[in-house]
Amino acid sequence: MLLIAPTGAGKTLAGFLPTLVELSCPPSPARGEGSKSRALHTLYISPLKALAVDIARNLEAPIAEMELPIRVETRTGDTPVSRRQRQRRYPPDILLTTPEQMALLLASDDAPFLFSSLRRVVLDELHALVTSKRGDLLSLALARLWRLAPRMRTIGLSATVAEPESLARFLVPQRGEANAADIVTAGGAAAPVVEMLDTRERLPWAGHSARHALGEVYDLIKRNRTALVFVNTRSQAEMLFQDLWRINDDGLAIALHHGSLDVAQRRKVEQAMTAGRLRGVVCTSSLDLGVDWGDVDLVINIGAPKGSSRLMQRIGRANHRLDEASRAVLVPANRFEVLECRVAIDAVNENAQDTPPLRSGALDVLAQHVLGCACGEPFHADRLYDEVRTAAPYANLTRADFDNVIDFVATGGYALKTYERFARIRQDKDGRWRVANPRVRQSYRLNVGTIVEEAMLKVKLVRSRHRGSGSTGTIARGGRMLGEIEEYFIEGLVAGDTFVFGGEIVRYEALVEDQVYVSRANDDHPKVPSYMGGKFPLSTYLAERVRNLLDDKRAWNGLPDQVREWLSLQASFSRVPHAREMIVETFPRAGKHYLVCYPFEGRLAHQTLGMLLTRRLERMRARPLGFVANEYALAIWMLGDASSMIRHARLDLDALFDPDMLGDDLEAWLAESALMKRTFRSCAIISGLIARRFTGEEKSRRQVLFSTDLVYDVLRKHQPDHVLLRAARADAATGLLDIRRLSDMLARIKGRITHKPLDHISPLAVPVMLEIGREAVYGEASDELLAEAAEDLVREAMER
Amino acid sequence: MIYENDEPLSDSDHLLSVLAINDALPGSPLLVAAVEFVAHLSGALFWEQERLLVVSDLHLEKGSSFATRGVLLPPYDTQATLARLATVVAHYDPRIVIALGDSFHDRDAHERLSAADRDALAALQAPRDWIWISGNHDPALPSDLGGVVATEVALGGIVFRHEPTGEVGEIAGHLHPKARVSTRGRSMERRCFASDGERAVMPAFGAYAGGLSIRDRAFARIFSTDFVAHVLGDSRMHAIAASRCC
Repeated sequence: MLLIAPTGAGKTLAGFLPTLVELSCPPSPARGEGSKSRALHTLYISPLKALAVDIARNLEAPIAEMELPIRVETRTGDTPVSRRQRQRRYPPDILLTTPEQMALLLASDDAPFLFSSLRRVVLDELHALVTSKRGDLLSLALARLWRLAPRMRTIGLSATVAEPESLARFLVPQRGEANAADIVTAGGAAAPVVEMLDTRERLPWAGHSARHALGEVYDLIKRNRTALVFVNTRSQAEMLFQDLWRINDDGLAIALHHGSLDVAQRRKVEQAMTAGRLRGVVCTSSLDLGVDWGDVDLVINIGAPKGSSRLMQRIGRANHRLDEASRAVLVPANRFEVLECRVAIDAVNENAQDTPPLRSGALDVLAQHVLGCACGEPFHADRLYDEVRTAAPYANLTRADFDNVIDFVATGGYALKTYERFARIRQDKDGRWRVANPRVRQSYRLNVGTIVEEAMLKVKLVRSRHRGSGSTGTIARGGRMLGEIEEYFIEGLVAGDTFVFGGEIVRYEALVEDQVYVSRANDDHPKVPSYMGGKFPLSTYLAERVRNLLDDKRAWNGLPDQVREWLSLQASFSRVPHAREMIVETFPRAGKHYLVCYPFEGRLAHQTLGMLLTRRLERMRARPLGFVANEYALAIWMLGDASSMIRHARLDLDALFDPDMLGDDLEAWLAESALMKRTFRSCAIISGLIARRFTGEEKSRRQVLFSTDLVYDVLRKHQPDHVLLRAARADAATGLLDIRRLSDMLARIKGRITHKPLDHISPLAVPVMLEIGREAVYGEASDELLAEAAEDLVREAMER
Repeated sequence: MIYENDEPLSDSDHLLSVLAINDALPGSPLLVAAVEFVAHLSGALFWEQERLLVVSDLHLEKGSSFATRGVLLPPYDTQATLARLATVVAHYDPRIVIALGDSFHDRDAHERLSAADRDALAALQAPRDWIWISGNHDPALPSDLGGVVATEVALGGIVFRHEPTGEVGEIAGHLHPKARVSTRGRSMERRCFASDGERAVMPAFGAYAGGLSIRDRAFARIFSTDFVAHVLGDSRMHAIAASRCC
């Protein structure tokens, strides 16, 4: 059964009701013969271990009140080994755990014993789980449970989603045709009250900091009991937190919470929050999910909402009560974001969802699962193939792909079969697959899971070494741990560069092993902004609504004056795109020629488009020099005079944007793309080719890590259809490269491109043009420079 | 952006050329103790006068070496490395080839060579003198591999050995130098030759050979003064001051 209900409706408890009923009326058939022999009755699986712990507390209270003889336990990565062993031998009635722990439990000899009695599985926050590879892993675990525990029934708990039917399929075994669970939808929640901040300040043309509205955001925090301030990236959180404290004359208790802060520090914030001691928390999506943080009465969302469902879940964080309206204020950081906020508010009012469609199961996750199966009871390939296809994401898995995966797990799946004697799993004389040696099992246990974080480095605060001593000066070891930071960010730094981390400005000193040494900097402004656009691009749904809004001049009345004027100017100087057309503007500026287009498909898809277009422009002898992308537009600059080339038919826009760029051009680019290499790396790790954690003395990550880039290069050349490369390409379709979306867009605009040759920049082009060279200007100076640049560009854009 | 014959530079070459003292295509002159060598884009070093080609740290059979420990890396590295070696050998047609140590990733690696790879190697060795310098990964090489084995070779004031000592006129490998450059928030990393005009450390040639940053202390011990990284780009060599690398 799939139970869909908004936050605060009490769906978690509802999910446990059948369990409590069955366990409290003896003699229950669920207990097996004799009520003394305890057996596992219900599994609860949630994406967060904190959530599992939280639910255990909430469950124990009513159980104690009703004096029910029910034992509830949690099992997470933090559970001591002794208790884990006890749980296997004397299972509780209800076990609360995570998908990874679930996979571990299944990958053992006693899984059939442990799960044979299982009657119910409760899957919490299902909408969040199914969008990732963790969902694939969970689906495969369910497939296994359906075989081990035929009497088991599943209950999925989910926030409102766009396609409940496909989510319902996840909960029941698929056998040939599409089966689906019953859906129960709880309605009746008070509609949220969402508004856009009507700023008194001038709306910026570009940027994501919303610094113009800082005072107004501060006032909102001051006027409410507890406000959650959501931003889209860690660095934005850092920056905003700093800025708020700079003007915090009332000394309001404002805290910071994001995923890369040290765990202890995060726990402290969470406790203060629950105790009601905080007035505001600046946070990223690390606070998006479930756990109840007490009395939040206002959600402030800074910057682009990105998607309607995403926004609704964030808003649900305010006021965890069903009968009271949640309140939220959206703060757009620039003019385009005003449009996005406007359509997002409309979407929320219509309760329109835009959660992504269900994934098709990843092959690297399947490889991990196959290895896990071999760690448990030996399996027959035929039976496992049938079992795996009962999982909704793998319902359409071909036998060839499955066999490829088995082959990969056994000997690497290389056309040159040289690794037979090093096989990780082998067939016994009955044809059943089993692990070749205990070391393989141990390595599986250490590396289970699908969350591959960016390579992270620990950040330690040390005293600054003397200036000018060069790279040979010694640094005091030890120091306070501030948290973790992405390795690729540090790789772009030179010793002495300053950046914001953990709420303070620090100077990069050195990298030793996997630790980054930083010292406290006296600078007021960090030299290197760590802005990396958000992880999530603008949803296709909101993008379409923005295009419709632009197309509907009457709807412009609902926009702030500054934005309406901006659009009117665009209409008279160039053109405002119709909903289905794409405008391409070309104009000269400072000795170069610019081509700006407006696909509205999110930064990731635009970046991929930019890479491919510059290759083509190069071939067409337009001599491109560079490009920049934001969520709405793409600007390319070149030496060739684009306007004249198009006029003289030396550059054909239909040919330039032809979807065939997704063929050879894409392949050639993928060969060297760093994003593709990162995608490949996580597939290599999830599939078990490369281990993340090692046994024994092999401690230092840097000593044992093998560069997956080298593997990628070699494999691509010698076995381009290898299962790992196929897994990586499948990820690239939706992940960092967003190729599928690009492909849909190219099909949409085919034959609908309107060219506007201009003699200077248009008003609509100003925001994306301001992104040019952004990374070269820093901190406060950057804002001034930006403002100055903006004025220049705007003046130019307004000229007739 | 620099255009030559209307041939666009790759992204990487463009980024590297921003910092380069000098770009060269596809081999760049490299001076060691007054002897002029050519540092080739492939990572090989050529001595015109002696028609002598040097490659270092081939690490053949590194893939299968990992496989023995349960990490099933693609077994194509030896084939890939030998194919690249064949190309550069065909280009220069040297009289002598020196493999500067760590030619094999472990002591038993040569036993795991496939028949095809063995033949490819033999074809390279046949018409010329071939010298295996022993390295820490392959301290003892069997006699059936062809060529001669030595711990070091001295020729015309130049000494070839695996591990660098910092001696004048020394050409060594072992360290797998790589250079990372960053400009304007972008950053990339490539293999390189490291040289100060008196001695040089060669990049690893093997497909699976990783690298050590030239800013590591190990290089400061060999080069007392500032030195130059001859960075292998996509289509050309870029000479960049080591102090500009990070």
